[in-house]
Amino acid sequence: MHTFGQVFQWLTDPSHWSGSDGIPVRVLQHVEISAVAVAAAAILAIPIGLLVGHRRRGAFLAVSIANVGRSVPSFAILSIAFLVFLNVAPSFAFGFGPTVTALFLLAVPPILTNTYVGVQAVDPDMVEAARGMGMTEPQVLLRLEVPLAAPLIMAGLRTSAVTVVATATLAALIGGGGLGRYIVDGFHTADTVKVVSGAVLVAVLAVVTELLFAAIERAATPRTSSGSAPPPS
Amino acid sequence: MMSVAGLLGTVGVSGWQWIVGNRGEVWSRFLEHVELTVIAVVVGFVISFPLAVWAHRNRRVYAPITWVAGLLYTIPSLALFVILIPITGLTVLTAEIGLISYTLLILIRNIVAGLSAVPEDVKEAARGMGYTNGELLWHVELPLALPAIMAGIRIATVSTIGLVTVAALIGKGGLGQFILEGLQTFFQAEILTGTVLSFAFALAADGLLLLAERALTPWARGRTTRVRPFATPRKAGFPVT
Repeated sequence: MHTFGQVFQWLTDPSHWSGSDGIPVRVLQHVEISAVAVAAAAILAIPIGLLVGHRRRGAFLAVSIANVGRSVPSFAILSIAFLVFLNVAPSFAFGFGPTVTALFLLAVPPILTNTYVGVQAVDPDMVEAARGMGMTEPQVLLRLEVPLAAPLIMAGLRTSAVTVVATATLAALIGGGGLGRYIVDGFHTADTVKVVSGAVLVAVLAVVTELLFAAIERAATPRTSSGSAPPPS
Repeated sequence: MMSVAGLLGTVGVSGWQWIVGNRGEVWSRFLEHVELTVIAVVVGFVISFPLAVWAHRNRRVYAPITWVAGLLYTIPSLALFVILIPITGLTVLTAEIGLISYTLLILIRNIVAGLSAVPEDVKEAARGMGYTNGELLWHVELPLALPAIMAGIRIATVSTIGLVTVAALIGKGGLGQFILEGLQTFFQAEILTGTVLSFAFALAADGLLLLAERALTPWARGRTTRVRPFATPRKAGFPVT
């Protein structure tokens, strides 16, 4: 148990809060890698999900991506990305390149699937009514389907963000930065206090990410008369 | 792009030769991977089932139970494995505590969703026929909830297979051990072997459990092609199916 007292000391030691291996630098690296991956995934996956969902077609594609996305082991996809970079662009193989690529691939399925499901689950009668009121197709999508799908889309973004922050820890195993550095470096020098401190920091960052996205999700949820979100499909 | 394919092809051939040359170790690592996964899902289910039934009967406890399970689920796997090292060391127990923790949220949510989707008039009819609460659960609610429960077991199993590879850092990684060793010794064939085999294992398990799910619940066929969202909105609270 006295390890945890040492961990507290490690985390509050001023020397661990400065320099290139300091906590602020490592947190920033971690957040940067994660943010780039999630943003890129959202830019790609949300429009595709909206389009496929609006047309009410392409369910097979969504199912396949969802299933493969759920079963890909994150460590495996990171290592594959590392191998590809190592053979194609060796100078970028350590850290940023393969990590962002792998995290991007992991972030796409939840966003894509949730966007598709959210849009496609909008009551067809409502869509018909909107068309009958003279809405054009882009208006139906942007003013009816997107607001109704927003909670599910945001839930997909939250899932992706938390997965990505968690998986970014593994970047240290292929020579990347971020908070995983403390865990991997501490492990190789048998410095348990450093390992556990790194783990605590990563856990806190993941929980903060979850809470942040949950708050955004609440803000994006349209207020209905009952004051609750529309039921998920 | 040809050169990418060519280079990976070369690595692939040496990967295959490596598997053939080390088939004994590959097989034992695979068995370890299976064992770690099965223990985690079975123990996870044994813990989740009573909690889910409790949450189903008493909806006030659903939020706190899923909050705790959700917190465990949020903690990155590598972090959870190493946080436990000072307490349980580099043992199977350390790996299993982490792996089991991650199955809870998936299993509890799916079991509760399945049970709560049983139509009220079906339960009313059963009660009218004199079923006690226990009989209602075993003979009416559980069979009807089986598709959702099986789907939960499938997702939990596949995600556990992926998480086992991360446990390589504490020496209990099954096929993931090859990935880590390969990364440390810069041996590409070994990295490729570990990644491809663990991915193939996850896909095979997913397929097998899907077949089992369909065989056990023939009446639900056709409904299983529905796309399940990855996560449901937070605010929705109790799962609605």
